[in-house]
Amino acid sequence: MSALKAVFMRELQLAARSRADWAQPVFFYILVSLLFPLGVAPNSTALPLFVPAILWMGALLAALLGLERVFRSDFEDGTLEQLFLAPVPVSFLVLGKLLAAWLVLGLPLALLSPLLGLLLGLSMHAAGVVMLGLLLGTLSLFFLGGFSSALLVGLPRAGVLLPVLVLPLVSPILIFGAGAARAAMSGSSAEAPLYFLAAIAVFCICLIPLATATALRNAFE
Amino acid sequence: MLISVKDLVVARGGRTLLTGICFGLDREQALHVAGSNGSGKTSLLESLCGLRAPEHGSVEGLESADVFHWIGHKNALNPALTVVENLRFWCRVNNASEDRIENALDRLQLRAQQHRACRELSVGQRRRAALARLLAVRRPLWLLDEPLSGLDAGGVDLFIEMLKAHLALGGAAIITSHQNLPPLNGMRRLQL
Repeated sequence: MSALKAVFMRELQLAARSRADWAQPVFFYILVSLLFPLGVAPNSTALPLFVPAILWMGALLAALLGLERVFRSDFEDGTLEQLFLAPVPVSFLVLGKLLAAWLVLGLPLALLSPLLGLLLGLSMHAAGVVMLGLLLGTLSLFFLGGFSSALLVGLPRAGVLLPVLVLPLVSPILIFGAGAARAAMSGSSAEAPLYFLAAIAVFCICLIPLATATALRNAFE
Repeated sequence: MLISVKDLVVARGGRTLLTGICFGLDREQALHVAGSNGSGKTSLLESLCGLRAPEHGSVEGLESADVFHWIGHKNALNPALTVVENLRFWCRVNNASEDRIENALDRLQLRAQQHRACRELSVGQRRRAALARLLAVRRPLWLLDEPLSGLDAGGVDLFIEMLKAHLALGGAAIITSHQNLPPLNGMRRLQL
């Protein structure tokens, strides 16, 4: 447990040192969400239909910006190999790393989304549902993305491949997330899709660290 | 016997590098693995510590992770963290107490640099910081891959002192190096 905490705290310490790393996805998210309406005709009635999709796609793409780096620096400086020789299971350490990465890079996006939703004309209730959905959705996304970046960690220019690997994997999250937002906008209950998102998040947190540890081992064998 | 290696075959990228490696190492003994570039020194050490699966043969004595230290070509120091922060992290990950860090920094003469980020250090200083991990977390067997690379004459002397003290305390070490190491009690040489 102390090893998991050590990995988690180190990630937070590193994030505090390089603010650009976590500020970049946030600004990207704001810009993408606010530029989208400029492409639609003024006072168009079509825009509200697209708001859930804009908020969700913006968050997914912004999260991808940070995901590529999750394991890269540890691979390059040799930390990863030493973690494999530590007297604790690597999947444990991966769990600490991914939770910290989500806290630094994913949580701000989820917290920002209701504000952007209100700016794009969502109701208070629908904006809340979007935030709840993104809290669960980004958690799953960071675990799925962490796994994909572990697969790519030894390759040069993996940044191009990462979206190709991750985005198909996250399509269920997008469907349920945007579905919850649409349900809230039309006044019906958003509970069912949110429960699905929660189930996916639990599944990802429990199983993906194991797969990620195996993928990382491949990087230097 | 701390470690016993029987009939080890080491391959890398589908090419067999070493065959029939057999040796045993007891407390207060060291093994200097010598050989030219590409002769398989690094691959041998990686097979011993379990980072690379050997083609064939057995390694006994290294099943538990808290028996040995391995230091490879990379120093495993995060460039954004200071020397002390890096050492503290490794102590915590390995469930060791942090009491020995100060002593380790003193012995490697890194006191003046302890609060500087590792990216600001010279290559030799970074190597010293990596070697400080050996003293901060005590373990009986050291597997060191080219520990002298980047060290100045003073650094090499410090390392030899460290190694002598480690052997005197009942430790053992396997060291790859293409440089000559000064003769020590209990040191053998394996030419690849």
